[in-house]
Amino acid sequence: MPKIHVQTRINGEDIDFLCESRQSLLEVLRDDLGLTGTKEGCSNGNCGACSVLLDGVLVDSCLVLAVETAGREVSTIEGLATPAQLHPLQQKFLEHAALQCGICTPGFIMAAKALLTNNPKPTEHQVRYWLAGNLCRCTGYDKIVRAVLDAAAVMEKA
Amino acid sequence: MAEATAEYKVIGTRPIRPDGADKVTGRAVYGGDMRLTGMLHGKVLRSPHAHARIKSINTAKAEAVPGVKAVITVKDFPVAEDRMANLGEMAVNVKLLSNNVIAADKVLYKGHAVAAVAATSPHIAEEALGLIEVEYEVLPPVLHVLDAMKDEAPLLHESMTTTELGQKTDKHSNIANHLRFVLGDPAQGFRDADVVIEREFDTATVHQGYIEPHNATALWNEDGHLYIWTSTQGAFVVQRQAAEILGLPVSQVSVTPCEIGGGFGGKISVYLEPMAAVLSRKAGRPVKIIMSRIEEFEATGPTPASHIKVKMGAKKDGSIVAAEASLMYEAGAFPGSPVGAGCMCIFSPYAIPNMQVDGYDVVVNKPKTAAYRAPGATNAAFASETVVDELAEKLGMDPLELRRLNGAKEGDRRVDGPTFPRIGYLETVHAALEHEHYATPLTGPNRGRGVASGFWFNVGFQSSVVINVNADGTVSLVEGSTDIGGTRASIAMQAAETLGVPYEDVRPTVVGTDGIGFTDVTGGSRTTFATGYAAHEAALDVLRQMKERLARRWDGEMEKEFEGQAERATVRITPDDVTYADGAFKCAKDAGKSMAFKEVAAQMARMGGPITGRATSQPRGIGGAYATHIVDVEVDPDTGKVTILRYTAVQDVGRAVHPSYVEGQIQGGVVQGIGWALNEEFVYSDSGNMVNSSFLDYRMPTTLDLPMIDTVLVEVPNPGHPYGVRGVGEVPIVPPVAALANAIYNATGKRMTHAPMSPGYVLSKLLE
Repeated sequence: MPKIHVQTRINGEDIDFLCESRQSLLEVLRDDLGLTGTKEGCSNGNCGACSVLLDGVLVDSCLVLAVETAGREVSTIEGLATPAQLHPLQQKFLEHAALQCGICTPGFIMAAKALLTNNPKPTEHQVRYWLAGNLCRCTGYDKIVRAVLDAAAVMEKA
Repeated sequence: MAEATAEYKVIGTRPIRPDGADKVTGRAVYGGDMRLTGMLHGKVLRSPHAHARIKSINTAKAEAVPGVKAVITVKDFPVAEDRMANLGEMAVNVKLLSNNVIAADKVLYKGHAVAAVAATSPHIAEEALGLIEVEYEVLPPVLHVLDAMKDEAPLLHESMTTTELGQKTDKHSNIANHLRFVLGDPAQGFRDADVVIEREFDTATVHQGYIEPHNATALWNEDGHLYIWTSTQGAFVVQRQAAEILGLPVSQVSVTPCEIGGGFGGKISVYLEPMAAVLSRKAGRPVKIIMSRIEEFEATGPTPASHIKVKMGAKKDGSIVAAEASLMYEAGAFPGSPVGAGCMCIFSPYAIPNMQVDGYDVVVNKPKTAAYRAPGATNAAFASETVVDELAEKLGMDPLELRRLNGAKEGDRRVDGPTFPRIGYLETVHAALEHEHYATPLTGPNRGRGVASGFWFNVGFQSSVVINVNADGTVSLVEGSTDIGGTRASIAMQAAETLGVPYEDVRPTVVGTDGIGFTDVTGGSRTTFATGYAAHEAALDVLRQMKERLARRWDGEMEKEFEGQAERATVRITPDDVTYADGAFKCAKDAGKSMAFKEVAAQMARMGGPITGRATSQPRGIGGAYATHIVDVEVDPDTGKVTILRYTAVQDVGRAVHPSYVEGQIQGGVVQGIGWALNEEFVYSDSGNMVNSSFLDYRMPTTLDLPMIDTVLVEVPNPGHPYGVRGVGEVPIVPPVAALANAIYNATGKRMTHAPMSPGYVLSKLLE
């Protein structure tokens, strides 16, 4: 199958890649670009493990074709921390023990980042509503919701 | 050993887990992230039929596809021996294990593997699968445990005969095993009872639902050595299973456990590992296979659907005098359901003088079941705890009071024989009775409160730990237990406590089969208990060696005061004369001699060389776990949908090493139980096709379905562990289904006898 040349930006860097038209963004991120922080849980848009931001909008990268990212901006978990410190969401997930196995964590953090960008002071219900597209099977969500609320409080102060 | 009053420096604190930064940045390497030079992608062809004989397989067209490097069928595997081997949490028949990995002459469930392809891309491999021609003779499927038990049922395994109460019989049947436990005289017990309740229950097949699909990467080297990287609950178990199936000595198989994205019992059996290995041998290149979510549902191991009869009798004063149960569990396509564990747990919250429990392990044309968090116990507790609730109602007693009156304690006997050591069941009931949640009246229409208890026995098994002392006084801890939910932290904390060093000074690493002694699976709620025990022992080994070296150094001439004059004298110092507390070694015979842990570490090179502490454990003092849950619900009378208003889970955790992760285990278990209770089930068509094999249709709880889950950690230290640790991971899934059934009854007046209590089922009961 012929490959298509795609020029995009990922985590603030200009990236060129070649892909087949049938390849999802998730597959190209993981298998071709080595960005395996974005996780695969179901590949049909039901679990949210592959959540990334596309031009700031939360998407399941398994439901986006890689060619659709041409000329656009992709943000993944790898772009969140600075060399000096973790993002407040990452820090609060650790402090609240909001992860057990950790496979859903990158997706939850990206989804929560999108939430806090749109709504810096969400209520518990708003957090639960926004994160309902991300499945976690380990935690029962309690500590995840607390971590996001706490991160929002910290980011508000900053 | 453990003292309730003991104070600890590290245990009971809530430090950040050692692997935390890796996991929140996406850097942790899970099995699916593996990438090797020249790696190929594998895909598996699976049966479209639930029950069929394979007449022929033609792979020629698939092999001809450009980019395809290997195609395999059962012919590429050695013929597995028909014998039992200890390959995980329980003994497994090697032939049946192999036949589950790849079908031999028959396919026994939809999704059963029949062939596999390795190609340069997953898309090419998938295309090639479509070109493999398989001719099937379709056979009638058996899809329900009660149908399968009938004499005229089609047989899955023509040669299988029933094992009846421990004896092999010549009866051909789908009933693989019938077991029975009896205590006292149940018939007399029921004659003595004033109130007797007898009910039957059904539960559907449910899945562990871990978010990370099964995966395996294998490289079969030209020198004959096989390397496997995989997400597994136990690297050594993968090593043994793969070696058995592939006919290799264990030493020829190296298994590296990658980070694991959930398991809950579902990542113990091998599925893909032998497949990737055989593809690699044939292609001469490494091969990675990752399951799709559909394959996860159709071709891994869910937990069994079941049919359970329970009968219990009590006297007017509330004492339960007799109990009987019959548990019929679907094993799936091969024998080995967790019905035995269900039998052990069903009445274990109670001291009942007369009991009989029968268990039936029954094969059906569904995927071979696997462990799922307290396997077998949730089904059983749904039945027994609903009957206990009804008994309380008939007796006019508070359901927790009835439990307090009959609760098991130290010295009471379980139906399967063992006498309880110190357990904390009554403490959980007491804490629930005293809890503000239970004391707060529930008001409003269509609302109800339910309670239920649960038991899980937990296991010990084998673990190995090595602690290497670094010259700066920090230590590296090497273990073989897959960290599935924070056990690097809970094990490092126990080592730190024993060594008297800060938590941050212990760096734990999980290694593969070449790096540590045998270690059983992360399962049975054993890791913090048993591997933690080994870490404690390895830490003691470090201290013992340091004391020996200090005794050698301090032995001999020393300054002594004698009649006001300093004098040289010879004093013999043995290791017993060296004490250790608060990070410092002291000499009992010379108060002037003292050396800090860090100083000894710094001087190792001049005091006999490196210090490596090691220990293996196979602890016998296993502490069983009890939980008592309270839940408030509201039932929508128009739709039957159940909304959870409040949930409180009380559990005896022995000693909470890292309380946040203990709470997390409880909250996670509760929510899996809620999913099991209210939504989750495998829905099958008449032909045995699972029709809801996606996370959209197999509906697991989301954030929006739940309130916060309140936890109460009751600490009754386990006398069989140096820090009083009990396993905590499994028992929280046991009570929720029953607690919800009892809450729905309280709200609606309708007894629930089927799980899941999905809106359709609840509505049908409301309309009765």
